[in-house]
Amino acid sequence: MKKRSKIFSKLFMLCIMVFFYMPIVYTVVFSFNSKKSLTHWSGFSLRWYDKMFSNATMMDALGTTVTVAVLATIISTIVGTITAIGLSKSNKVLKALVERINDFPIMNPEIVTAISLLMFFSALGVQKGYITMLIAHIMFCIPYVMLSVAPKLRSLDPNLADAALDLGATPYQALIKVIIPQIMPGVVSGALVAFTMSFDDFIISYFVTGNGVSNISILVYTMSKRINPSINALSTIIILVITVVLVLINIVPVLRKWGGVKEQ
Amino acid sequence: MKQFKSMAYPYIVWISLLIVVPMLLILVYAFTTTGNSVTTIKFSLANFAKFFSDVIFLDVLRRSLLIAVATTVVCIILGYPAAYIIANAEGRKKFMLILLVTIPTWINMLVRTYAWMGILQDDGIINTVLSFLGIGPFKMLHTSFAVILGMVYNFIPFMILQIYTSLTKMDKSLLEAASDLGANRVQAFLRVTLPLSLPGVISGITLVFLPAVSSFFIPKLLGGGQYVLIGNVIENQFLTSGNWNFGSAISLIMAVIIMISMYITKKIDKGESMEGGVKK
Repeated sequence: MKKRSKIFSKLFMLCIMVFFYMPIVYTVVFSFNSKKSLTHWSGFSLRWYDKMFSNATMMDALGTTVTVAVLATIISTIVGTITAIGLSKSNKVLKALVERINDFPIMNPEIVTAISLLMFFSALGVQKGYITMLIAHIMFCIPYVMLSVAPKLRSLDPNLADAALDLGATPYQALIKVIIPQIMPGVVSGALVAFTMSFDDFIISYFVTGNGVSNISILVYTMSKRINPSINALSTIIILVITVVLVLINIVPVLRKWGGVKEQ
Repeated sequence: MKQFKSMAYPYIVWISLLIVVPMLLILVYAFTTTGNSVTTIKFSLANFAKFFSDVIFLDVLRRSLLIAVATTVVCIILGYPAAYIIANAEGRKKFMLILLVTIPTWINMLVRTYAWMGILQDDGIINTVLSFLGIGPFKMLHTSFAVILGMVYNFIPFMILQIYTSLTKMDKSLLEAASDLGANRVQAFLRVTLPLSLPGVISGITLVFLPAVSSFFIPKLLGGGQYVLIGNVIENQFLTSGNWNFGSAISLIMAVIIMISMYITKKIDKGESMEGGVKK
């Protein structure tokens, strides 16, 4: 009885994993297809990678995606961390208010946030494009950074910073040398969440961009009407980058831990 | 320490501008008809009247809700056992399985949904396998099946992770207590594990239902151009027909419906746990 349920659960997980990874494997495999078909394999070739690298629109979109993600991550991590520290010393009402407002972009359907920003930028008469996309990304990334920094701040001993100040540190020194190092794990995971949120964003970017500025998601969306295996080539590169980053982040600390356990 | 307080002030200005004002704009636009400039604002319910008096829009709303409910149900049916199996796996295996569930969620949704377009085609891999087995081929792309499949595919990891978290938080000694008191495995599961994991299911429902109702690129890619859900209508109002007032009103209707559904779900959850308490 027990053995049978074990086989069943193994089979079930296998099906789930096939379901999860089939589209990803499919994309990678067909990016190397020599013909234009997305359904029939006709031999290995790198022609779609060649096409991708010589396609200016695709390279622009790749550049936009990467630079927006990097800038949005840096800015939202710094602002989010500073704000979270500030709020942890503020009164409860202000803290609750900011948390409520932060919930809006997290809890609302993304399309609602997207149209609200679209109308906001238009009301201001701002030209939509790279800058509006970047501002929008910073806006939706900060709440996530704050969410991952806040728990670390709550578990921080408030006497620590006071002690630093008593010992003659300036508030700035107390911040940089005492508080920030203590909450660093939260800051790093916040930055990571921000990066992937920005890197993968479609809906908000799609509504707030303009003047032909696209990121990869927008490009896939607009190009999906016609068969274009270059999309698969581009997708494969994205899949590769994200997977390598994720595996490194997740596996390295664990391997180190397991290694440490073994040594003992 | 008080010095640090001021560090939050710039952000308060920022969210007032970029979150509060834009949200208010939706309200303003939804309740006006010609409010494209502040000076000509005129309160009106015409946008809502237009939506609720048109069979086409009501039909779209009904279909969106049906698809979202179907997606959520499938996610629970497939996600619960998966989460249960992972939660009961041992150390390294558990870690690997969670990593395997998480990785796809970090890869661009558009990219992964686009891949399904190839897989589901009439001469795609699934139909090739089915024809080989002597069944099919079936028309799959541009059907409700494809749309639900795409949504389940994109959102089920959130369901699995939520249920998994609530299962691992559970006190294992409760199960021992149940079996000491004579419960068999099925009884222990139904009376102990399932009720204790309900909060995970509830937050999973939130994370699946919300994006499923409002999704517009999954129906566009997998349902085809003719397949319209409420998200597509909003997209059209803003990017094609340029009727922001009507688009804002629809977004507001959608947001309210989502809030009500979430409220009901939470109520049901509370009601059930109360009932459980009374039984004891």
